[in-house]
Amino acid sequence: MSTGTAVAIPIGRRLRRFLRDQPLVPLIVLLVGLVIVLEVLRPGIVNERWIANTIKFAIPLAILASCQTLTMLTGGIDLSVGIVATVSAFVMATQVTTHDPAIAIAISLLPAILIGLANGIGAGVFRVHPLIMTLGLSLIATGGLQVYQRTVLATGSAIPDSLAWLGTGRTNGVPNSLVLFVPLAAVIILGLRRTGFGRLLYAIGDNENAARLSGVRAWQVIVVLYALSGLLAGIAGLVYVGLIKAPSLSLAVPLLLPSVAAAVIGGTSIFGGRGGYGGTIVGALILTVLTTLLTVLQVPEGARRILFGFIILAVTAAHVRITEDS
Amino acid sequence: MTQTVRRHGWAIGLFALLVLLLIITKLIQPGYGASGIGSLARAALPFAFATAAQVIVVIAGGIDLSIASMMAVTSVTAAAMMDGASEEFAVVVVLFVLLLGIAMGMINGILVVLTRVPDIVVTLAMLFVWEGVALLILRAPGGAAAEWLKGIIVGTAGIPGLPAEITAWIPKALLVLVVCLGIVWLPLRRSRLGLSIYAVGSDALAAFRSGVAVNRTKVVAYAVAGLFAAMGGLVLTMSTGIGAPIPGPYLLASVAAVVLGGVALGGGRGGLLGPIIAVFILRLVRTDLTLLSVDPNITTVIEGTIMVVVVILGGLVALRGRSA
Amino acid sequence: MTSESLLDASGVCKSYGPVAALRDASLTVGPGEVHALVGANGAGKSTLVKILTGAVRPDSGRILIRGRDRKVHSPAEARRSGLVSVYQEPALIPDLDVADNLRLTGTPVDPFMKWVRALGIDKLDLFETARDLPLAVLRILDLARALAIEPDVLLLDEMTAALPANLAEKVLDVVRRQCETGRSVIFISHRFLEISALCDRATVLRDGETVGVVDVEAGVEEQIVELMLGTRTELGRAAGKPQQSAGDRRPEGETPRLRISNLGAGTKLEDVSFDLQVGEVLGVIALEGQGQDELFGVLSGSRRALTGKIEVDGTEARFRHPADAIRAGLVYVPSNRVDALLMQRSVRENIALPFCAGAWGPIDMAKENVRVDGAIERLQIDTRAQGEVQRLSGGNQQKVTIARWIATGVQTLLCFDPTRGIDIRTKREIYSLLRELAAQGSSVLLYTSELEEVQLVCDRAVVIFGGRVVDVLPADIANEPTLMRAAYGLPREVSSDAIPGSAPAHGASGIELGPA
Repeated sequence: MSTGTAVAIPIGRRLRRFLRDQPLVPLIVLLVGLVIVLEVLRPGIVNERWIANTIKFAIPLAILASCQTLTMLTGGIDLSVGIVATVSAFVMATQVTTHDPAIAIAISLLPAILIGLANGIGAGVFRVHPLIMTLGLSLIATGGLQVYQRTVLATGSAIPDSLAWLGTGRTNGVPNSLVLFVPLAAVIILGLRRTGFGRLLYAIGDNENAARLSGVRAWQVIVVLYALSGLLAGIAGLVYVGLIKAPSLSLAVPLLLPSVAAAVIGGTSIFGGRGGYGGTIVGALILTVLTTLLTVLQVPEGARRILFGFIILAVTAAHVRITEDS
Repeated sequence: MTQTVRRHGWAIGLFALLVLLLIITKLIQPGYGASGIGSLARAALPFAFATAAQVIVVIAGGIDLSIASMMAVTSVTAAAMMDGASEEFAVVVVLFVLLLGIAMGMINGILVVLTRVPDIVVTLAMLFVWEGVALLILRAPGGAAAEWLKGIIVGTAGIPGLPAEITAWIPKALLVLVVCLGIVWLPLRRSRLGLSIYAVGSDALAAFRSGVAVNRTKVVAYAVAGLFAAMGGLVLTMSTGIGAPIPGPYLLASVAAVVLGGVALGGGRGGLLGPIIAVFILRLVRTDLTLLSVDPNITTVIEGTIMVVVVILGGLVALRGRSA
Repeated sequence: MTSESLLDASGVCKSYGPVAALRDASLTVGPGEVHALVGANGAGKSTLVKILTGAVRPDSGRILIRGRDRKVHSPAEARRSGLVSVYQEPALIPDLDVADNLRLTGTPVDPFMKWVRALGIDKLDLFETARDLPLAVLRILDLARALAIEPDVLLLDEMTAALPANLAEKVLDVVRRQCETGRSVIFISHRFLEISALCDRATVLRDGETVGVVDVEAGVEEQIVELMLGTRTELGRAAGKPQQSAGDRRPEGETPRLRISNLGAGTKLEDVSFDLQVGEVLGVIALEGQGQDELFGVLSGSRRALTGKIEVDGTEARFRHPADAIRAGLVYVPSNRVDALLMQRSVRENIALPFCAGAWGPIDMAKENVRVDGAIERLQIDTRAQGEVQRLSGGNQQKVTIARWIATGVQTLLCFDPTRGIDIRTKREIYSLLRELAAQGSSVLLYTSELEEVQLVCDRAVVIFGGRVVDVLPADIANEPTLMRAAYGLPREVSSDAIPGSAPAHGASGIELGPA
């Protein structure tokens, strides 16, 4: 090493630096590659309608993955998002039969925020590992949802037109859900870069001790963060039910694993301190296309889960290698 | 004697709590008796094995989120292999499934050591992987179990030298649990390997300086966890007669029982007895709520709340331990 | 010598990244010898110990034990080849009882008990969990465990630290007897009194090199101090260093910026009092582990004091969180930049971090730019390597940790060895900056392991030994030999007078032994 000069940086190290500085480039290349493979396997499948559909399905996933992105930036994770989204969707669908849609939506977001708050208090104040805490809350929420279902058995359910328009509709071939998603994504991306709160998420995830020495009281940030994550998961549930149009007790639960995978693929470090929402959005698109591809190839559900699990592990392990020496 | 009391103080306290709960149960339902204990033991069986698996990994300073998924894999493997096979073949199946469990645990451990990714992340990924493997083996609940296997955990067993009045109170399921756990745990706990597992979880640097092979010990801990998970999976197949590819609620329950049982989540401390008693306590609470005709869904909520509160209290204890 | 030596290490080198911890260290220990290993902070002692015991692999060098080359590197291997060490932190597993700890290492119980008794512990419950035993007992047990397997070479790292005087005496006795049987002991200590009482020879390390091997005889302290100091690179005087110190200029009775009275914390900080005046740079000098970590921890709000009080500008202050200390104007710059920096984030985010702590809302980028750029310019941070802080040089990283507080307008800077391991130019810049800050009315408390910094930047220096202030010196007489002597607990003027105080000037608080 002592003889090495600035000129002769090994290719491996240069590549690692490039990957770290420009995480979006390889992701977009991967996305385009997958689309090309799909088009080759099923010529003609990629058209305007398919693209709109892919975006429609990617958006609820991307919103759910925003919960993972934000919590992972602090070194945490939120495994309750699947059931939280389901709770919001189910509560909204049953409340809308007796209330105005706007009120039903407001009511439905309340349990989402409360669950998030409980997660935040457990993780921030009592220092329970977020993974265990959010898993526990998701168990409680699952039971709670079933109890709730029995109390509203008679009321039936409905999807308000506004949500159906948002979730499924297209205007001039462009999915309506972008109306919600584009501003939301902009707020998250800018919020992470240009607000004190966003900076603190990175700071806590990068080095909680350094943040402490600079006067940051981490628990306050964590509590607010998980409440926010609950709210975002609730919103994702509402968009998703507008797309699927059939509220059930396990509506958004299968989206949990992909939401983690999307954030990890998108370059957000599961150890915290590094990443952003832009990558996560591309990650959600990649996973949606990959799901289509696996369906076309008739890969069974089991193999899909194995693949997702290994993707998370491989990306994380690669991350350890990339960050540790340079 | 005082030494024993001090060392097992927590377990003794838990046991008193269990007895208290049994008395309360008897008060709620005067007819509660030997058959009630039998069904309690049967219900607790898979939870107990899941907890035993979690205990050993936690003592070694890790955590295994993939236990429920490994149980699903072994359960469907056993059910699928025994489907249409002879009763004798089941012996081969049992042995194969136990080896499979060890292999899965070893894979978990090796990945933890090789990737240098934290245990909690590796086993989260493996949770999904093993779940997928279970789905590949059986897409929907199915398969079968040999009759003699099903019979192992039903009813009571006559123990030579003990009058029938006493053996009537000892369900076979409990004996199976004690024998299976004891056969692995007792020799391990007393061996140098067992001490190494405690040492690695307690203080990895001091363990290294004491000449312990830290990585190898970790892999062994995960492998033993895999073995216990396989036993749990077999028990699932034995009690239901089929295999189900979707993992049950064993992960969180195992973590809660571990914490309630006095095993520190940081590693190095605790034993197997406390967590196993904790499993019975948690099961009995559920039974009592059912006997009180509480809506089963509310029971789930209460159960979840108990577990979360237990874990939070564990976190509090760990916090205070750190500041002291 | 070489042919009959028990241990012979030569040409040992070890680098951590660009930092060379050992350049060319050697150590030869003959049979029946007690050999001292001495060196100032950061001279490479601990690295050499880790290499000898197999915990760390050297980059190059040869280690012979009884003339045989040792290749495999692990503590277990070192143990088998006859080299056993007792570390500063006891290697007993905290959650196992003593008996299990013995079984884990395969130590026979009878010889172990024999040594335990010889070391002055009469009652020992083998079933006591290690965690519940006092530190002093744990260290004794660790030593007894090492002695029980009859090692050829026993390595003791600051063995008598944290031991009450009676146990320390026993330890020294046992070490002497050990050598009568032809075995050797490597003795690492900060205490000259012990070294001169016990050791036959001493190897002196400086900047990762073995600079001398001396026979221990009367007056050897002077020789060792000289070797430890060596001829060092002249750093030059920092700009703006006043000839008169702030402490002298201040009239008596003016409220100091910071007054510390009888402060105690943890096990090491016992009783420390001093004043930090407005506009003063006050140096803190101490060997490793004399309580300075606890002192700075308490002042920065990271840990609680057990006793004593802190007054800031005349009002008593209690800090429960660093945020409280920062509000009181006390900010902390740790020596290890890894503790203070967000390595994966940009220079800008690192400098702006204290602002975000209080303001979660949108950031006024124009205002932030002014503040951050101002701080960057003032410290001349090289930001050519835009992007992550971890790509900056060590010196620039350290500047970032200071710049963060310059941007907020600092009142009292607590610097813990801020120049450790950085280049000379940056060091000079930091000195100038500290003086500038003091001239503008800020106060600086500067712990430093570079003794010459006291005369370069400080107005006064307090010397801490064994958790207490042992001397306060004005900068003009605080030259390196004087400070070194004071830091080792030696009196200011070495003369033929008797050395005051009993042997280890350590506060031997009564520790109860055996099961409580």
